[in-house]
Formats: sequence, structure tokens, C-alpha cells
Amino acid sequence: MATPNTPLWEVFIRSRNGLAHKHVGSLHAADTTLALQAARDIYTRRGEGLSIWVVPSSAITASDPAEKGMMFEPAESKIYRHPTFYDVPEEVGHM
Amino acid sequence: MYTQALNNSEAEDRGIEDAARAEQFQARIDAEDRIEPNDWMPAAYRKTLTRQISQHAHSEIVGMLPEGNWITRAPSLRRKAALLAKVQDECGHGLYLYAAAETLGISREELVDQMLAGKAKYSSIFNYPTLTWADIGVIGWLVDGAAIMNQIPLCRCSYGPYARAMIRVCKEESFHQRQGYEIMLTLSRGSQEQKAMAQDALNRWWWPVLMMFGPPDSASQHNDTSTKWKIKRFSNDELRQKFVDATVPQAQYLGLAIPDPDMKQNATTGHWEYSAIDWDEFKQVLAGNGPCNRDRLAARRKAHDDGAWVREAAAAYAEKRRYRQAAQAAE
Repeated sequence: MATPNTPLWEVFIRSRNGLAHKHVGSLHAADTTLALQAARDIYTRRGEGLSIWVVPSSAITASDPAEKGMMFEPAESKIYRHPTFYDVPEEVGHM
Repeated sequence: MYTQALNNSEAEDRGIEDAARAEQFQARIDAEDRIEPNDWMPAAYRKTLTRQISQHAHSEIVGMLPEGNWITRAPSLRRKAALLAKVQDECGHGLYLYAAAETLGISREELVDQMLAGKAKYSSIFNYPTLTWADIGVIGWLVDGAAIMNQIPLCRCSYGPYARAMIRVCKEESFHQRQGYEIMLTLSRGSQEQKAMAQDALNRWWWPVLMMFGPPDSASQHNDTSTKWKIKRFSNDELRQKFVDATVPQAQYLGLAIPDPDMKQNATTGHWEYSAIDWDEFKQVLAGNGPCNRDRLAARRKAHDDGAWVREAAAAYAEKRRYRQAAQAAE
């Protein structure tokens, strides 16, 4: 009997208290329980994590790299959002 | 490593590509930009990488077999725990690599089927048998040592997911090599019989390990494209030489003799010059005629077939729960 392709999950791990969950890779699993257990076995064999998130890959919406120019243009053109845009006299010291 | 059979980039496909896009792509590679899954890439780049990464993954998976052979017969609990952890790591490495290959648009199931059907290659080294416990030492020391030599430059490969998988693999591989060397050290300081066993293992594995780096530069015609695309950063012979130079002093420390009586150090370059490699043996093993090719494939097929009920049960259970949740939500 042909088994359906096993769903793909993205794995996020928080390595220490105070840090955000970070994407570490992906895996295949039939359901959430198996996905969490597989994530533990594949990505945390040496104490890499305190917490794991697994997210179905199909649930992720990604921006299109081909359109990154247009997508990120609003940030590119606003250099006045950076502290170095402003002149502060040297005598004032570190600010 | 494990990529020796794949020096054939399908350069012939490139004619159909949009020349301007290919040029932009090459400019990104030249600027050391990383290529990510959703980026445009030439079809031949995709094909070459899919093959290279999946063959690398298959090698990790098949590589569990020669070592798995000794788990139940490890000489102490310490050695057994370490070997078990190492074999589990190899499985993990296979999975990181399959995941990287899948980002190129092929499914896990297709990749596994290609291997089971004998259509995909894996590293020639795993078609040699592990006859004694000393072979486990030599595999860790030399096979993993050679793999590290090849994988470190792959951490800077132009394809992002492959490079990232390699970084994880390299971090873990260092334990493998050290545990292997420790086994060799213990044996070579042990009884006469133990020392002889260590020497015998080195004698049998030395040449196959040198073959892991792939055909000599003079004979591999397709390195150019992989180099141009920054998939490959060093040639086969460069990596092989680096490996030999690193290994000779380690063997000397163990008091073991490398089975190449004519090997000598070049006084000017400092390199250890080794004798000619028997490339016919390499070709035979790649063609499926090594000592264990049939065994390895049979073992993988059996594992896949024996595990079928687990995959089916997990899928059926997930389906049942989805159905129940949908029914509850409808109430």
C-alpha cells in the first residue's frame, strides 16, 4: 500500500532563557507529537535547546526574493531612521 | 565527501537558460552571496546539488551499517554508548542533508526510492566490511577524518541550506574522529594481538580511504562547473594531500605503519608523497562490485520494508485524529 508523503515541519529551538526561538531546520512527521519527538532527536542531541516549536511548513507564507527590492524599499530610503544620520558635536560625548 | 561519484555537473543543460539571469546568478556566486531555495538558479546547478546532497545523505544512512555491525559487540559499556551515539549522529546527518536536498524541490520519498532502487550512489567506502573491532577505530579516525577534510570547505558552499547543514555536521563529526583515534590508541598500546589487529585494520582501510576523495584531478573532467559555482572549493587531489599530511604524524604517534612502504616526505614541500592508487578497484566498487554493495542495499531495503507498518500506522493515526477533531468542531 502506498503511504501518503509524510508532512514537512519547520523546527525552531530556543537555546537559552531570554533568547528567541530560532529556525534550525526541517523534518518529516505524521503529526505534532511525532514532529516534536523527532525534532528533539534530530536537533537537540547535545543539549541545544530548552524549548522546541514545530510548525507545518505549509503554514508559512514567505516573501518573494525576486521582489525584495520593492518589498524592502521603504527601509532603504529612510536613512534618517539610523542614529548616525544625526550630527552631535564631539564635546557632547557619547550619546 | 561522499560526493566522489558526482563530479559530473550537467553543464549541457545550460544552453536553454536565460543568459542574462545566468550571468546575474554567477555574479552573485562570485560576490560570495549565498543562494537560497526560492532564488532563481540554473537548472544544472539545481540538478548537480540535488544529486550531490542526496548522495551525501545516502552515504550517512548507509554509513550506519558497517558501524552498527559492532554495537552489540563493543568491548565495554563506554565504547558501546559512544558507538551508539555516533551511529545516531550519522542518522541525524542523513536527515539534515535530506532536508537540504528537499529545498531544491524533490521529495524525501523520491530520494529514498532512488537509493533503494540502486539508482543513486553513496560513498564507495561503506561497501567495505568491518571485520574486527579495530575497524571501528579506523572508521572514526580515518573515514570520519577524511569526511571532515571534505566537509569543512562545504560549510562555505554557495547553496545556503547545504552550507548550514554542513556546519551542524562538522560540529558533531569532531567527536567521531576523536573516539576513533582513542580506540586506535588503546589498541596500539595493548597486547601484541591488539596492536596487530589495529595494524591489520589500517592496512585494509588506508587505500579505500584515499579513494574517498574521488578520482585524481587529471581524470575528473567536470570539476570546473562545481568550482565555478563554488560548490567545490578544493580539488580532489588537494584535499587528499591535506588528509595524508595530517594523518601521517597521527599514525606515527600510534606506532602503526601506513601500508605504503614507498611513501616519503618531500623535503622541499613538506608533503607526504604517496604511491599510485588502484583506481580500478575504485571503479569496481562504484559499479556495484565491492565486497559489501549487495549486502548494504539489501539491508536498507529490508529496513525500509520492515518499517512500512510504522509509517502506515503513523499516517492512519494522524488521519483518525484529524477526523475526530473535525467531528468535534462540527458538534
